Amino acid sequence: MRITQGTFSFLPDLTDDQIRAQINYALNQGWAISLEYTDDPHPRNTYWEMWGLPMFDVRDAAGVMYELYACRKMHPNEYIRVNAFDATRGFETVRLSFLVNRPKEEPEFRLVRSEGPGRSIRYSLQTVFPGERGLS
Amino acid sequence: MIAALDNIERKDVDLEGLFSESHVGEVIEQLDRELVGLAPVKQRVREIAAFLLVSRARAQLGIESEMPSMHMCFTGNPGTGKTTVAARMADILQRLGCIRKNTLVTVTRDDLVGQYIGHTAPKTREVLKRAMGGVLFIDEAYYLYRPENERDYGQESIEILLQAMENNRNDLVVILAGYKDRMDTFFRANAGIRSRIAHHIEFPDFTQDELLQIAELMVAGMHYRFDDESRKTMRRYIEHRIQQPNFANARSIRNALDRARLRQANRLFARAMNGERTSSEALTLIDAEDLLPSRVFQNATT
Repeated sequence: MRITQGTFSFLPDLTDDQIRAQINYALNQGWAISLEYTDDPHPRNTYWEMWGLPMFDVRDAAGVMYELYACRKMHPNEYIRVNAFDATRGFETVRLSFLVNRPKEEPEFRLVRSEGPGRSIRYSLQTVFPGERGLS
Repeated sequence: MIAALDNIERKDVDLEGLFSESHVGEVIEQLDRELVGLAPVKQRVREIAAFLLVSRARAQLGIESEMPSMHMCFTGNPGTGKTTVAARMADILQRLGCIRKNTLVTVTRDDLVGQYIGHTAPKTREVLKRAMGGVLFIDEAYYLYRPENERDYGQESIEILLQAMENNRNDLVVILAGYKDRMDTFFRANAGIRSRIAHHIEFPDFTQDELLQIAELMVAGMHYRFDDESRKTMRRYIEHRIQQPNFANARSIRNALDRARLRQANRLFARAMNGERTSSEALTLIDAEDLLPSRVFQNATT
């Protein structure tokens, strides 16, 4: 299943030139870029692994792309996203976040039903990784 | 190859328009005005500027040519203006469209080489990342390579640099600087790096006249001035200083002037204590008296 998370996720995957242009836009706004990756794109999985520290002193997209290529090389089959953090008072949050890499075969989600206190029923989403599918 | 050249549209390009559009002229003029001497350096900068403009004109006509490698190496004695020119280089290259950002990241060995195994690569990469899109200036580059220590991490740093110089040619311009003899040893040990640097620029020593001119510029820059007497003294100072050991060209002049300013302040103060009034002229004047107590004159035979 194609995961749609972050900005541009309903569009076809961005090319490297498009990624570079987006990063340049963010840098021109004065935002700091960071890279994160994960194998589990569960919507509640907010804390992805950090690829190095946020790049507060990088001024050009080439520096970010340099790290992105290194990250892709290390984790070709995982999700990688670019975050742009705005430190302006009042915002102090991520202003832009988009996927720049996804695995060839993406995981899916399964609805899990469980019984709670007083016979109430609770539902939750569970990530099903490719290859695990046979279990259900 | 010839067939490909035939396909090009026959039309003239407006080189001069490109030139005035890029405002390179202003930078070069500024270079001429503010830097004394250094004729070979200015010549080279002009050549590079012309070359980049021509490449741009070619690109407009659709003549495919790869972006030339712009890595440089500055060699010369202490105080000949290597760092000053490097700072200007970022400006020039940006105006010529060779780099995207007018950023100069100045580093030395400490910023590139780590202290333990596995520390060097991330450190060097961090610096490269910061410099991407601009100029990376490595001062005293020969320190990167320590032949006396086989397990020195400098070599690792050099390898990463080499890789970046090759693969990120369009994103990064590396300028190495160092003293001539030591850089020669450095290049002998790292032949790969020598061949990847297209522009080897040598900074000549300044002549006495140039040094005096530099002194004048420095003094004016600090909002002081010489009178005829002190100008003559300064000239004699330069004559003597050149013959003494550890002469560092413009840097020695700067130090001498800094000391003269201290003496001037002291002199004015002593006078004021004696009840003399201090005029605004006296405040800006470097007197011969301020230069004469220098050690240089005491050791001189004449």
